[in-house]
Amino acid sequence: MSNEVKISIEDLTKVFYKKNNSVTAFKNVSLEVKEGEFVCLVGPSGCGKTTLLRILAGLEHPSSGQFSISADSDFRPLQSMVFQEKGVIPWLTVEENVAFGLNMRHLPKEFIRKQTDIYLKKVGLRNFSKLYPNELSGGMKQRISIARAFANDPEILLMDEPFAALDEQNKFILQEELLSIWSETKKTVLFITHSIDEALLLSDRIVLMSAHPGKIVHEIKVPIPRPRTMEQVRANAEMAEQFITIWNHLQQEVQRSRG
Amino acid sequence: MRDEKGNGLFDPYETEQQEWKKQQVKERSKQLLTIISPILILLIWEICSRTGILDIRFFPPPSAIVSTFFELATNGLLWTHVSVSLYRIAAGFLLGVIPGIVIGLLMGLYAPIRHFISPIVMALMPIPTLALLPIIIIFFGIGDFSKIVTIAGSVFFPVVINTVAGVLNIEKVHLDVAKNYGASPKDFFFKIAFPGALPVMLEGIQMGQAIALLTIVAAEMMGATSGIGYLIWTSYKAFMLKEMFVGLILISFFGFLFSLLLRGLQKKIVPWR
Repeated sequence: MSNEVKISIEDLTKVFYKKNNSVTAFKNVSLEVKEGEFVCLVGPSGCGKTTLLRILAGLEHPSSGQFSISADSDFRPLQSMVFQEKGVIPWLTVEENVAFGLNMRHLPKEFIRKQTDIYLKKVGLRNFSKLYPNELSGGMKQRISIARAFANDPEILLMDEPFAALDEQNKFILQEELLSIWSETKKTVLFITHSIDEALLLSDRIVLMSAHPGKIVHEIKVPIPRPRTMEQVRANAEMAEQFITIWNHLQQEVQRSRG
Repeated sequence: MRDEKGNGLFDPYETEQQEWKKQQVKERSKQLLTIISPILILLIWEICSRTGILDIRFFPPPSAIVSTFFELATNGLLWTHVSVSLYRIAAGFLLGVIPGIVIGLLMGLYAPIRHFISPIVMALMPIPTLALLPIIIIFFGIGDFSKIVTIAGSVFFPVVINTVAGVLNIEKVHLDVAKNYGASPKDFFFKIAFPGALPVMLEGIQMGQAIALLTIVAAEMMGATSGIGYLIWTSYKAFMLKEMFVGLILISFFGFLFSLLLRGLQKKIVPWR
């Protein structure tokens, strides 16, 4: 991790305007993410974390404020997103899905083939490259989604609860796989989750958000050395404490928004 | 339950095997029913005509229709009618389906186009193309082209409507993926909208195929000098009912054949389903 700021979010606010009632998704959010940093945004549903990510992904416009993603190379796209469970495109084969970003950029065929092959291998889908996603399990589909984003080689990666729909065992396996691919590329990642365990395992820094309207309420550094494993994180007493701290924050938020 | 030796009376594998066999028999009997039903109808018809329950002048027995079919087939006249009709169906079908798909995709993708064109589609759709046949004949004459236009007009609507529905049914997340990965409008059209709409679009095409057959017969009855519809109509007027039935059965056969072909095609071009 360098000290260079990769993602800079300044005073971002998003309001969803409807006749008679407007909803503030989040208000005055400022955040900086360093080059090579893995940051998890954690918060209850309704805290606007997905909306924040979608703005960075170019899928929504902010109501006010600004953000910037600094680019090191003209060749790379600024960002690529790993979507929630249904993000793989059913009419493209596994291979075509992984190559999607590269194909959309109309890069040389030979380069696309090589790059796709590398990431198919990394996520263990090489033998399934000609199949359609519907022939695969949920875990395999998310591997496609992850491979597609990494293969596109963007400046930053955005991940929107990619493992939320998976069963517990598959989730653990994919989290560790993600860590291992990430450690090879050291991409800057902004990752959204509502799972505290997931955030503790994956990230360098956890940013807690509150709901209605979404705001950043707390930040926690995760000092566990990498490479990390699930067992390490679970066995670490400090992490157990961190878990409690985060939980207390979130619990207050959830209670408050209930009442 | 256990016998004296303490073994289970029911071996679980055997139980399941029996169960599986029963299922197989059930499946096979379902297939059999599908084959039996048309044969049964024909058989009842044959018996009723031969015993005089049905008036043989109006309902000639199927066996007589079959022999008439061979007579007509050997003197070559039948093939002229069939080929003329098939040509009109094929040409009219394509002339309806292709603009239907293109306009449907554009309507599905671009809201302004959709809002502009959909009232026109909705207003024109309820008018039976056949009711427009007199006008179509004035414009295009009584030759092949007027029939082709009539079929195209009937086929267009189900295709355009289903294509729009197909595009609108594409999951939003797939549109987001395309946008996030920087798809150009052209890639968006061909890689996302077209394949995404394809399953629903094909249902419209299937419907269009059935409508094409309905339309060709009626169109040829009203203003034509050849074709299966013409054969049916002239045979009826000349009270040659066996020949008329040959025409009807041909239409039914082609409808069945086209449905099977399209379904086979569907598996080929929508392999991800």
